[in-house]
Amino acid sequence: MTEYNTTGTSASELIRNSAAQLAEKLAAREVSAVEVTQAHLDRIAAVDGGDRGVHAFLHVNTEEALAVAAEVDNIRAAGGAAAEELHALAGVPIAVKDLIVTVGQPTTAGSKILEGWHSPYDATVVKKLRAAKMPILGKTNLDEFAMGSSTEHSAFGPTRNPWDLDRIPGGSGGGSAAAVAAFEAPLALGTDTGGSIRQPGAVTGTVGVKPTYGGVSRYGAIAMASSLDQIGPVSRTVLDSALLHQVIGGHDPFDSTSLPDPLADLVAAACIGNIEGMKIGIVKELHGEGYQAGVENRFNESLELLKQAGAEIVEVSCPNFKYALGAYYLIMPSEASSNLAKFDGVRYGLRVLPEDAPMTIERVMGATRAAGFGDEVKRRIILGTYALSAGYYDAYYGSAQKVRTLIQRDFEAAFAKADVLVSPTAPTTAFKLGEKLDDPLAMYLNDVATIPANMAGVPGLSLPGGLADEDGLPVGIQLLAPAREDARLYRVGAVLESLLEAKWGGPILASAPSLTELVTTPGGSR
Amino acid sequence: MSDPILTFDEAMEKYDPVLGFEVHVELNTKTKMFSSAPNVFGDEPNTNVNEVDLGMPGVLPVLNKTAVESSIKIGLALNCKIAEYCRFARKNYFYPDTPKNFQTSQYDEPIAYDGYLDIELSDGTVFRVEIERAHMEEDAGKLTHMGGSAGRIQGADYSLVDYNRAGVPLVEIVTKPIQGAGSRAPELAKAYVAAVREIVKNLGVSDARMERGNVRCDANVSLRPHGRERFGIRSETKNVNSLRAVEHAVRYEIQRHAAVLDSGEPVVQETRHWHEDTRTTTSGRAKSDADDYRYFPEPDLVPVVASREWVEELRATLPEPPAERRKRLQADWGYSDLEFRDVVNAGVMDEIEETIAAGATASVARKWWMGEIVGRAKNADVDPGQLGVAPATIVELNKLVEDGKINNKMATEVLDGVLAGEGTPAEIVEKRGLAVVSDDGPLLEAIDAALAAQPDVANKIRGGKVQAIGAIVGGVMKATRGQADAGRVRELILEKLGVEA
Repeated sequence: MTEYNTTGTSASELIRNSAAQLAEKLAAREVSAVEVTQAHLDRIAAVDGGDRGVHAFLHVNTEEALAVAAEVDNIRAAGGAAAEELHALAGVPIAVKDLIVTVGQPTTAGSKILEGWHSPYDATVVKKLRAAKMPILGKTNLDEFAMGSSTEHSAFGPTRNPWDLDRIPGGSGGGSAAAVAAFEAPLALGTDTGGSIRQPGAVTGTVGVKPTYGGVSRYGAIAMASSLDQIGPVSRTVLDSALLHQVIGGHDPFDSTSLPDPLADLVAAACIGNIEGMKIGIVKELHGEGYQAGVENRFNESLELLKQAGAEIVEVSCPNFKYALGAYYLIMPSEASSNLAKFDGVRYGLRVLPEDAPMTIERVMGATRAAGFGDEVKRRIILGTYALSAGYYDAYYGSAQKVRTLIQRDFEAAFAKADVLVSPTAPTTAFKLGEKLDDPLAMYLNDVATIPANMAGVPGLSLPGGLADEDGLPVGIQLLAPAREDARLYRVGAVLESLLEAKWGGPILASAPSLTELVTTPGGSR
Repeated sequence: MSDPILTFDEAMEKYDPVLGFEVHVELNTKTKMFSSAPNVFGDEPNTNVNEVDLGMPGVLPVLNKTAVESSIKIGLALNCKIAEYCRFARKNYFYPDTPKNFQTSQYDEPIAYDGYLDIELSDGTVFRVEIERAHMEEDAGKLTHMGGSAGRIQGADYSLVDYNRAGVPLVEIVTKPIQGAGSRAPELAKAYVAAVREIVKNLGVSDARMERGNVRCDANVSLRPHGRERFGIRSETKNVNSLRAVEHAVRYEIQRHAAVLDSGEPVVQETRHWHEDTRTTTSGRAKSDADDYRYFPEPDLVPVVASREWVEELRATLPEPPAERRKRLQADWGYSDLEFRDVVNAGVMDEIEETIAAGATASVARKWWMGEIVGRAKNADVDPGQLGVAPATIVELNKLVEDGKINNKMATEVLDGVLAGEGTPAEIVEKRGLAVVSDDGPLLEAIDAALAAQPDVANKIRGGKVQAIGAIVGGVMKATRGQADAGRVRELILEKLGVEA
């Protein structure tokens, strides 16, 4: 079990507990849910704001979070059946990516076009969090409509990487990953369309899981690319992700694409603790050229550890993966161009009137979208509109769908040889804020290793694999499993995690800098 | 400014019309196509909506299974093949009545395709209309344009939008080009839409009320010179929403196209708006191949898989097709072809069936509906069925006549009373004092007077010329102001004169 010197219960120690540890302490009534929630709210207040703050949160949900925590405490205090029936994670607070709609808090999707909008309904995953009585700490920052790999495309300013405040926390779910990495929340929800959970996990030294497509309801996640989007857990340990996955997963009648299967016991899988005889495949195309040396080193180290644990390492080839990024940048913008059409100023959100006559509906829609969307969103809408246009559809969207089928076949062939595939999650460690902002292609290349899983609908998990030699920043290791075999990720992930911790002398995040000093210097205006 | 037109006969002399129809049928499912909001007509605006119908961020569609069943039933009733696997697509366009700014529809994978419908025309010939496809889609909301523009969006001060209709399940039935109808084209147009309406009503899958927009027709018309293969350029007249309007619109468009072609100008491919008041169309939006809806498969829905078992189960539930039903009813009722066609054309077949079920004979039912009610409905400009005469009323009325309580002339008066809402036939007879005089006392007095007034005639009858009795009966009827039972009067006269009938 992961530990961060967390024997005590003082506020500063509390926040270093994993969700599983908090759950244990809450159940044993060593701490109250209000104390736990308040400790995280205090941490948010200490490190999130100001010029040099992490800025993981767009909205902090103090009152409601504390009310839910108090309710959990009351139920526990009263004892009886109600206390018995409390969910294991009851009272464990969580942060929610601001792409997921919540009643009682604003949902912006990181966009001006939704600034101030309150959803009249809860996303299915949010309903499940509420049913488990997990206090929602607030809504986390993201690239606008989840379009980006650095969270710099948020209309409300970037999130900073807790490892180095001048670096990006990954994207689009940089807010959720940074919140968890900065101990502002033990758990968070993310969404992953091309790597938006896993790549931020990699560059912040946290765990992130993209479940099998359909494994978690998308109802209430503002769609970017419907056939690729998936909600998933963000945490500091593999077990914690399994615990959260178990809360949010399962069939939802409000999402036609959600799988009918009952959810496997993922927590049990994370507790197996043995991978002897499992076949683990290295995807030839997902490492080597284009990957930072420090990333390669950590990746090779992980392979060594897996071998030592009794796994058989096999090499597999997925020749069509080289087309994945190109095909992704046709399918994703195509679906996004249609999904984002509803933001027109007619029914909700921003409405901008044209400055001159005539005041037609087309011009109001145009003015609203021109003012409300940022450049990256516009870029993708234009790309997608073009790709779907008559005369281009077959060449672009049609071809991309064929590539998708080829990628699925590559996965099928690979999984015939291996139980789980492994690769670096991202080709590099966290880059500097602003470094790739003006180079969309360089930005897109960050997702080269994560995109194939979305294209095929298979699950992926990223866990911290140590720090890169050259810059001391976290490196992510990605595990991939066949569709509906998410349990394998947790089984292998938990074993690798414990081996890595033994090698590094504890969790990677234990060596992250102390933020309370960093965020107040050198700018210091809080 | 109205367009120049040729007369219909001139147009027919020179050109051959080709028709095509897109009929939208609103299904009467309890909930909408992709949401759990109620599918109800006529409620307060924007009350039958939830987050899905409003296209709120994050929502997803869930397909209504009953709507799929209804669509398959429609496909089967139109003799279509049912796709084993089909998908929805997004039709992308920005318009404020479409909450997501795309319509979830079917594009190249309709649930039903390759069917036909045999249409019986008034001259008794049967015309086969081939069905290209029937596909599922969702309806849009309803826009009401306010101020300064006579209900059109151009020039409106502002527009109101009601999303109650947004997401109502629709089946769009598309014909193949209909050739060879010639001068019967307008009649065929009306008969085709009537047949589709009849089928969906008979299936119970739609309320099929055209005045509520449950069945809406877009009529495509093009002309080509006689003998030419290639189709002319078509116009699409939108939302022609009554059977009569369909006939008139097709007729008008044929006349208008003929005038355009005669002038040497090309016909413009465009949508046309139908105006019931002037019975003309005006130019709408130019429609060209440049319309780009950027269709792509709807990623939020899974494909519809219609197993053969399911299709056969649904087929087994289908009611008797209207055409077969007509054959059966004609045989049961013993009507001649002409009589039956008149009944069908008058639109009172259902009513006659119900009246017979209520206890009338086939000939009595026909006599009342065709002889009395159809004419009154025409004067009132409504469908006969909507006039408010219940089958039981006719049975009661007829019984009053048969029992000799009232005569035929009085019966029509009683019918007027029923239509005026004065009550049941018996009540009206009572209120209006219409009972036939059946007490022999007053009749005998009147007979004596009549015989005395016409002694010659009385003698003729006594002499065996019974046919002459009419004059005496007439006199009695006159004296009793028509309230006497003529049959009884006749009996009494013969009795009085001691003549055997």
